[in-house]
Amino acid sequence: MTFDFDRLVVDDVSRNFGRRRALNRVSLACRAGEIIGLLGPNGAGKSTLLAILSTLLTPSSGDVHYGTATASTMGPELRARLGLLGHDLYLYPELTARENLEFFASLYGCQHVRVLVGEALDRAGLGDRADDLVAGFSRGMRQRLALERALLHGPRLLLLDEPFTGLDDASGQALVDRLKGLRQHGRIVLVATHDLDLAEGLFDRVAVLRDGRLSMVEDSSASLRDRYRDAVAAARR
Amino acid sequence: MKQFLRVAWIVMRKDLTVEVRSREILYTTVFFAVSCVLVFAFALVREGRPMEDAAAGILWIAIAFAGTLALGRTFERERQTETLRALMLAPSDRPAIYVGKLLGILLLLGVVEVILVPLVGLLFNASFGARPLWLALLLTTGTLGFTSVGTLFAAMLVRARSRDVLLPVLLYPITIPVIIAGVRGMAALLQATPDEPMARFWVSLLVFFDVVFVTLALWTFEPLMTE
Repeated sequence: MTFDFDRLVVDDVSRNFGRRRALNRVSLACRAGEIIGLLGPNGAGKSTLLAILSTLLTPSSGDVHYGTATASTMGPELRARLGLLGHDLYLYPELTARENLEFFASLYGCQHVRVLVGEALDRAGLGDRADDLVAGFSRGMRQRLALERALLHGPRLLLLDEPFTGLDDASGQALVDRLKGLRQHGRIVLVATHDLDLAEGLFDRVAVLRDGRLSMVEDSSASLRDRYRDAVAAARR
Repeated sequence: MKQFLRVAWIVMRKDLTVEVRSREILYTTVFFAVSCVLVFAFALVREGRPMEDAAAGILWIAIAFAGTLALGRTFERERQTETLRALMLAPSDRPAIYVGKLLGILLLLGVVEVILVPLVGLLFNASFGARPLWLALLLTTGTLGFTSVGTLFAAMLVRARSRDVLLPVLLYPITIPVIIAGVRGMAALLQATPDEPMARFWVSLLVFFDVVFVTLALWTFEPLMTE
């Protein structure tokens, strides 16, 4: 029986890098079918939090619970349920788009790799460039390919760090629609972004990180940009 | 075990595909190793007579230097694209990633050695072909010992700012026993009458080092790679 979970709980997590405290007692709970926006200025700790949630980084204190499991109690089985699209896209420029996806699909032990990869390439709008080297792709094309890489194995928890970078309006909107589809499939999606216009209406809840501290933003009729501005101002006071 | 080997194979195949496309590491390591051998040949061969036992030492120095270069470049490639993080995220035993990287570097160094051995033999009048099986055993066990430690250190240092300096500083002191065993074993083979019992002794010692180094690397890879 494969491991799965429907709830993510970040419990009082802190992370230090030397003397610098990147995350300060962060707590957060998400359930399946939720899209959480993670906002905050540069250096606020968003990428550090995503790295901890992806198990790439261990917290200095506190713990993350994926259902009943933690990263220390569940290794490969937990990683099979996580997908990460980092600021760096984790693609090999010397390989073609198809080879990149086939490599990661094989690494994740996916079945019917060719069919799966073909569908993913079509979803990324790269069906006609499938056998071109990624080195020749624009940032937007790489971004779309990297998103498909992160989704190939059907992760329960999807972590996206600046997913709108390099995307034109149409691709950005397509990504928003894709994420809304994932919500309906019961995925937990955390999106760290600065692109508040594209993300407007996407998030179920919004969390703001500032200087490593997290605060939840109450839902209101105000625009995402205004809510974010208010939250950052409140954190300054 | 099957899953472990499958992941190692996938990683190795990917590394070799990338290398076949770019040929960056192969060309630079071969160029560097050949340059190294040529410089030593000019310094140590007088009127067609090389220094005694020089061939064995020069061969292993060239392999060690070329190996260090290959190790650094292999992981630099993963660092530039941050793909090592993607490998660490895969739902497989992380030591399988280590084994895949190790096998890729071993194959690459094997190609370098195929070029180096005849070149050193030619320039230093060394008859490497007299005992081909022992030669292959010495090269395989010695290269495995060197690269097993090197792969671990290169992966560990991938985020260190001064990784290019730190890799040889950490690697050479630990692998000196491997290089000495390789040199002495090779020197035993290159005598006018090859000393097989002595070569066997050094190969046995190299196998011992390989078992110790590979076991330690498999054991420590995951904790060292988790930040």
